[in-house]
Amino acid sequence: MSFDVDVTIRRGSSRLSYTFKTGKGLTALFGPSGAGKTSLLDAIAGLVRPLSGRIAVSGTVLFDKAERINLHPEQRRCGYVFQDLRLFPHKSVRANLEFGWKLAAYHERWLSFETALDFLGIGHLLDRMPATLSGGEAQRVAIGRALLSGPRFLLLDEPLASVDAERRGEILRLIERVRDELALPILYVSHDRPEVERLADRIIPVERVEG
Amino acid sequence: MTSLSPQEWEVLLLSLKVSTVAILAVLPLAFALAWMLARWRFPGKVLVDALVHLPLVLPPVVTGWLLLLAFGTNAPLGRFFSEYLGLTFLFRWTGAALAAAVMALPLMVRAMRLSLEAVDTRLESAARTLGASRLRTFASITLPLASSGILAGLVLGLARSVGEFGATITFASNIPGETQTLPLAIYSALQIPGSELQVVRLAVLSVLLSVGALVLSEWLARRSGQGKVRHVL
Repeated sequence: MSFDVDVTIRRGSSRLSYTFKTGKGLTALFGPSGAGKTSLLDAIAGLVRPLSGRIAVSGTVLFDKAERINLHPEQRRCGYVFQDLRLFPHKSVRANLEFGWKLAAYHERWLSFETALDFLGIGHLLDRMPATLSGGEAQRVAIGRALLSGPRFLLLDEPLASVDAERRGEILRLIERVRDELALPILYVSHDRPEVERLADRIIPVERVEG
Repeated sequence: MTSLSPQEWEVLLLSLKVSTVAILAVLPLAFALAWMLARWRFPGKVLVDALVHLPLVLPPVVTGWLLLLAFGTNAPLGRFFSEYLGLTFLFRWTGAALAAAVMALPLMVRAMRLSLEAVDTRLESAARTLGASRLRTFASITLPLASSGILAGLVLGLARSVGEFGATITFASNIPGETQTLPLAIYSALQIPGSELQVVRLAVLSVLLSVGALVLSEWLARRSGQGKVRHVL
């Protein structure tokens, strides 16, 4: 079992409930914008505290209201690639990539720095500042930063949103390689059906909640 | 007219000492207040905000009088400081520093609060998911991103404290060599007939000091501005 989720989350004035269990590979949460998919990712990452329920990933309980378990975000070892990327604007690409890598314990670093640079094709960007990167470059750096932090699972929030049309194929192929070569559980949020059908081993539809 | 007399040196050095000590001593409090007001939600926040800003809008002589009430020899705070820390304020340079600190506090809190509010908390969340504790996130994300505003707060506070007059003369009095800072020395010179030259010299000194502070803050702003330009290019 990869993701084992059964939670209720407050979002604005409404409450959203999610219940699903996933197997290996890439699971897509598919639904229209505004359905609260990002809130769910935030809850799994520990950035939002659910009202009730339980979240476990690969057998590790991250949150359990009844058992009073609520791990800090920094204890969850999730590789979260945000829709808005959130590269640190005051740090170079190198410093962004090293941020999580340096914080990970030695045995948690399953990816070497050089491998990540090759894999993502970002070796030539190391001395640049994030504001100077194109959408596709910034997206690859954001994915690299998440992978280098030694995560146990990945959360990808609309990773094609900030990439122009010509570069989408490149990022899509990259995500396929991450899926096929790294054997990490991945939760992938998108509102684009062809994208989801191409990538996902399993699709979980999410409906818009009114109110 | 070119070199300073011993008395003028004394006034200048005392002014710098009073201001520097005042700003460094009040910096942690100013930052804590700025943080509270920028990041916390608590009952009575409006009241705290108003109290912090009070010295900005009160006549300085009233602030000085309130300091007398609070830090006088037999006042509760004054007794606390002299008994537990061996620190007295009345008629001493420490009193001038206290008055300067109180007057500088609102400006410092304002600048720091604005810069802390401008820090994108989503970047802090990102740092947490990458394995950074709250403290490390503060040190490596929040503080660097707010640094130019914090520096601006420091310089503003310093400039304000160098010019402080009303609260100082009310609370710490005007004692040469002890509490007579630059503005107080100018005031004293103005009272004495025939000391126009003295007034001019002290006033020029004070202008130079202010211009220096302005140049410094401009330089700091430009330096952080250049940082931004470098991000963009």
